[in-house]
Amino acid sequence: MSQEHVLVVFPHPDDEAFGVSGTIAMNTEKGVPVTYVCLTLGEMGRNMGNPPFATRESLPKIRKKELQAAADTLNINDLRMWGLRDKTVEFEDPKTLTARIGNVIDELKPTLIITFYPGYSVHPDHEATGRAVIRAVEQLPEDERPAVHCVAFSNDCYEMLGEPDVVNDVSSVSHQKLEAIKAHRSQTEWIIAAMAEENPEKVPEVLKRINKEQFWTYKF
Amino acid sequence: MQPITLDTVQNEINKFLNQDVYLHLETTNGAYASHFNQSFFSVGAYIRNAKVNFERGIITGDKAPYRAGLKIELGWVYAEGLTHWEVNEDGQLLLAGHDAEGKLAVALQLSPHPFE
Repeated sequence: MSQEHVLVVFPHPDDEAFGVSGTIAMNTEKGVPVTYVCLTLGEMGRNMGNPPFATRESLPKIRKKELQAAADTLNINDLRMWGLRDKTVEFEDPKTLTARIGNVIDELKPTLIITFYPGYSVHPDHEATGRAVIRAVEQLPEDERPAVHCVAFSNDCYEMLGEPDVVNDVSSVSHQKLEAIKAHRSQTEWIIAAMAEENPEKVPEVLKRINKEQFWTYKF
Repeated sequence: MQPITLDTVQNEINKFLNQDVYLHLETTNGAYASHFNQSFFSVGAYIRNAKVNFERGIITGDKAPYRAGLKIELGWVYAEGLTHWEVNEDGQLLLAGHDAEGKLAVALQLSPHPFE
C-alpha cells in the first residue's frame, strides 16, 4: 500500500468549503498530506457587498488571501494556485489541462483524488475541471488509478447517479470546517448570517447537513 | 466604491478621451441562475482588455441606475444598470451595476494599461 496522499482539484477558492473541508481536515488531522490545486481565483464572483467591500479588480486579491487562510485552517501545506481565469476553464485546451493535472498525479502519486463529477456539477468550470481530472486518471494503467471521489449537485444528480456511496461524518472537525467556511468571507458572509439567524429558508441545503460530506466514487 | 454622481464620473471619463485605453465590459446574472430557477434564461457577455480609443464618452440618466456610452473609432460601447464607481490605486475607472443584494450585474471599466 503506497503512502496516503489526498489531491483536491477545484476551479474556485471556496469550492472546497461546504462539501469537502471537513474531509480535508480529517485527513490532515491523521497526518495524511493534502494537496489542493485551485485553478482560478474566482475573479468573476458577483458578491461585492452593500455597501461594496470589493470591486471586479480587487476581488481576486481578496479571494487569494481567503483561500490561503482557509488552507491554513485546514492544515493544507501544499496549496497550488494555477492562475487560470474564472469562467474560462472550459475554453482552455483540454489536452494541456489534462497533461498539467497528469503531471501533478505523477509527482504526488495520490491515493485519493477529490474533484467535481463531470456532467453533474452545474458550473462550466466545475465540469471542465472534473473532465480534465477524469481524463488524466484514465491515462493511468487501471491498477495504478487512485480512487476518485466526486462532488455532484446538479438537480438531476440523485436521479442519474443514485445515492452517494461515500458519506463522511465530519462532526469531529466541525469547528475547523466552520472556520474554513468563514475564511471565505467575501463569498460566505451572508450564509453565516443566515445560519446565525437560524433562518431555514436562507440556509442552503448543504449546510443543513454540515456534518455529513458526500461523494460519488467515479466509475471508470 | 461609491454611488455614482454624474458630474464626478463624467469628469473621470473625460480623462480617458482620445487615447488608446483598455476596456473591461461584462454583464452577468451568475453561473447558478438556471440551476436555482430552471426557467431562467441565463445570459452574460465578457470582454477584457479590448484596446479602444473613444472621442466621446457620456454617462447619463435621470437617477440610478445610469447608462454610459463610448463612441469609438468604428462603433460604440455601452452599458446600462450602472450604480457605483471608483478610481482605484492603479488609475483605473471602474463603473459597476450592483443589485439590491450587492451582487455585480454589469461592469464597464477603463484603464490606461492592460487589466491584470
